Amino acid sequence: MTADVALILLQDGIVSGAVYVLLATVLVLIFSVTRVIFVPQGDLIAFTALTLSAFETGNVPGTVWLLMFGATAAMLLELRQAVPQRDRARILRSLLRFGALPALIAIVAVFLVPKTAPLLWKMTVSCALVACLGPLIYRIVFQPLAASSPLVLLIAAIATHLGLNSVGLHLFGAEGVRTEGFSGQPFSIFGIIVTQQAAGVLASSVIAVVGLYLFFRLSLRGRALLATAYNRRGAELVGISTETAGRTVFFVAGLAAAVSGLLIGPTTTLYYDSGFILGLKGFVGAIVGGMAVYPLAAAGALLVGTVEAFASFWASAYRDVIVFLLIIPVLFWRSVSSVPAEDGLE
Amino acid sequence: MTRRLIALAPWIALLAAALLPLLLQAYQVTVITYVMIAAVACIGLVLMTGIVGMVSFGHAAFVGLGAYVSGYLSTQLELSPWLGLAGAIVAASAAAALIGALTVRMSGHYLALSTLCFGISFYFLVGNSESLGRFNGLTGIPPVSIGAVELRGERQTYYLVLIALALVMAWCRQLLDSRTGRVLRSLRTGPVIAETFGANAQRYRLLAFVLAAVIGAIAGWLYAHVQRFLNPTPFGLNASIDYLFMTVIGGSGQLWGALLGAGLVTIIKHELQDVLKLVFGPTTRLEMLFFAAIMIVVLQKARKGLWPYLSQKLTPRAAPVAPVDAVVLRHRRVKPEHGLTVLSASHLQRTFGGLVAVDDVSFDVKSGEILGILGPNGAGKTTLFNLISGALPRSKGELSFLGQPLSRVSARGMCLRGMSRTFQHAALVQDMTALENVAIGATHLGRCGLVANSLRLNRVEERQLLGWAQHLLERVGLADKANELAGNLSLGHQRILEIARALASDPVLLLLDEPAAGLRANEKAVLADLLNSLRAEGLAIVLVEHDMDFVFRLADRLMVMNFGRRIAFGRPDEVRADAGVQEAYLGVAA
Repeated sequence: MTADVALILLQDGIVSGAVYVLLATVLVLIFSVTRVIFVPQGDLIAFTALTLSAFETGNVPGTVWLLMFGATAAMLLELRQAVPQRDRARILRSLLRFGALPALIAIVAVFLVPKTAPLLWKMTVSCALVACLGPLIYRIVFQPLAASSPLVLLIAAIATHLGLNSVGLHLFGAEGVRTEGFSGQPFSIFGIIVTQQAAGVLASSVIAVVGLYLFFRLSLRGRALLATAYNRRGAELVGISTETAGRTVFFVAGLAAAVSGLLIGPTTTLYYDSGFILGLKGFVGAIVGGMAVYPLAAAGALLVGTVEAFASFWASAYRDVIVFLLIIPVLFWRSVSSVPAEDGLE
Repeated sequence: MTRRLIALAPWIALLAAALLPLLLQAYQVTVITYVMIAAVACIGLVLMTGIVGMVSFGHAAFVGLGAYVSGYLSTQLELSPWLGLAGAIVAASAAAALIGALTVRMSGHYLALSTLCFGISFYFLVGNSESLGRFNGLTGIPPVSIGAVELRGERQTYYLVLIALALVMAWCRQLLDSRTGRVLRSLRTGPVIAETFGANAQRYRLLAFVLAAVIGAIAGWLYAHVQRFLNPTPFGLNASIDYLFMTVIGGSGQLWGALLGAGLVTIIKHELQDVLKLVFGPTTRLEMLFFAAIMIVVLQKARKGLWPYLSQKLTPRAAPVAPVDAVVLRHRRVKPEHGLTVLSASHLQRTFGGLVAVDDVSFDVKSGEILGILGPNGAGKTTLFNLISGALPRSKGELSFLGQPLSRVSARGMCLRGMSRTFQHAALVQDMTALENVAIGATHLGRCGLVANSLRLNRVEERQLLGWAQHLLERVGLADKANELAGNLSLGHQRILEIARALASDPVLLLLDEPAAGLRANEKAVLADLLNSLRAEGLAIVLVEHDMDFVFRLADRLMVMNFGRRIAFGRPDEVRADAGVQEAYLGVAA
């Protein structure tokens, strides 16, 4: 291997690593607030790319039906609790949150995104569609399980992934897509040739992570989330609703998934089932950070991207094996050095 | 009558299953054959996930390992499938021992995720291996033959699989009802119970991991020689998830749950696929949405799965259990003569960061004596308790037991030396009977290992251990509750049950952490009588208690602690007159 090849591989690694950074950051965030290892994050990423691609070909993306279906289910669940309590405010909120808002987005997606619309508008609507799925998943799957052990939540997350996977095949079909990217001439920095796509990915990932950071440091809602992450019971005692925290964090997750999907869409062909492996790779990064330390998680994610790039050069068939076997020593180290988590299914 | 029927139910089920192929069409027989293969695999998962509490997302990899090893041996090397079975079992145990050595130390979701990684890796490794036919797979695998008869037809393979299923099931049932099984069943609550009674929890976890892998490999062997064609797909991640779903939906804590789950999931999936394909086209996988939804509802509403629910409906009464004859164990520890120092502690200290929880505490306890430890909340009593029993390492100080200095103290080691304890918050296995819970205490008194416990060579020992447990239940006055689940007992009874379990390990020193808390007055009197008679037998007892009357009436000597320090040590009347004690309790010297 020459230095040139190594440099190109490194660059590849850092670009895909940048997407994993965003992924890992969000996984750490969700885990620290809700104790869910949110495997389906990868599915949402793949769905974003598939949604954008549907807009590009002038079709109504299947995400719309998924959103309507999920929103209806969530609304019914919410009403089933709110109506017997005659809690007017809650009924109204659930009608707005799970009824009007998703309906509005669906209408926009079906009628107001012609094939000729500008790319930015298509991206925005794709983002909105996918970001709204996050809170729905939280309401349907995880909110009723809020008091369970991380293990039960993990099984539920895997079940969710499986559900999304089968719906994905149904709605998007088995064909892979590659979305339009940022066009333009490659340019060179310090003698390294960088495509605009790569630069865009890096820049957006940095902006997203910094945005998350500012959200947590500056906004009240962000700080409430941090409080929940540090100490769930304590946060509850000072009046921070863990349900709101969960919903918010899943919305942030949806949004981040959408952004990741837009970033990764043009660089690789995505299928309805590409999300799982993607999510796991982000997860490897997150676990390096012990599901708790953001900068370490980011470093881990970059490492995963780089290992993957080099592994695909040397032994492309074993690329994923190498990445996943990488996780085991890390898991071992993390598990042994951490306080034992509560075990068991009950 | 109904009780007899319940006892016979497994035999009736087996008979029914044996007659079934005579009534069904060939393709239905085939479907049931695959259900049973899945059930075998799920039994392994029940053992590992339901009983021991280690969730695996990589179980299908072990099924695949068994299938591929036997497939490779019988096609490439042209060995008999029976040798293939041996190879599959050896390979699976070796692989599981290797992987398990790394993973079983992990807790909760870490372990689950690492099994997932191994599972995925297996799929890609096999899929890229030239000698295993890559993703195209292995073909021309021979059927299993018995003598000159090759088991080719669907009815023949049906019986092969049925017999294998029945054997695996009987094996696991037998194992779970043994000494080994009781320790395994206690592990779901964590390692504490096992370690307290002298069993190495990590080793038992590893054992469960290996057993699950072996059972998975047996299922894989069946699959290879029934299907007679292999590719990596049925052993990928989705298959692992399927097995986990089957187990959790069926009821992960029960062997029968594996059967129910495998049957329900396979058959519903089969039927649902047929319907959905008509509506949505041939490539649809929407049935998985259905299962994901079921799975989430089961997790949310009925985490124990369907089997416990069903068996509750069908037979509200528990299955009959033969009464156990009480036995007094022959080879018991020789109690030290009265008045000999059993445990002595000098200058014990334990710090947590800057906090000194136990500070320079010295005391001793003699055989035939009850030592009471008193002190206000936060005085450091429980920490002291944990230092003695080996639950916590000490920061400074010396401990000696029966004259031997203890340099390092572990819970397991203390049990083997002759110390036993109860817990402040009753730590029982809720879904085991009172008798079985007590028998856990006698774990280290048994000698039969895995093989003996699997092959029913342990009957003499089992009668001894269970009889000993029954004897202790009679002694503490819970004989009539022997077959009740520990979780159904009142809090007071649970505490007494813990004492019986502690006694089952045949200790010379008994540590009791607030045994009278939550007991009614008459129950306290019974407890006091019991402790008196134990003392008369020469047992040394350390008693941490809040109930002053109780302690003052019972204890020979008392130690009072406050802010981690010993403030008084002596006979009850001396301690009662001590100015420091009165100040600690009343705020002023009286």
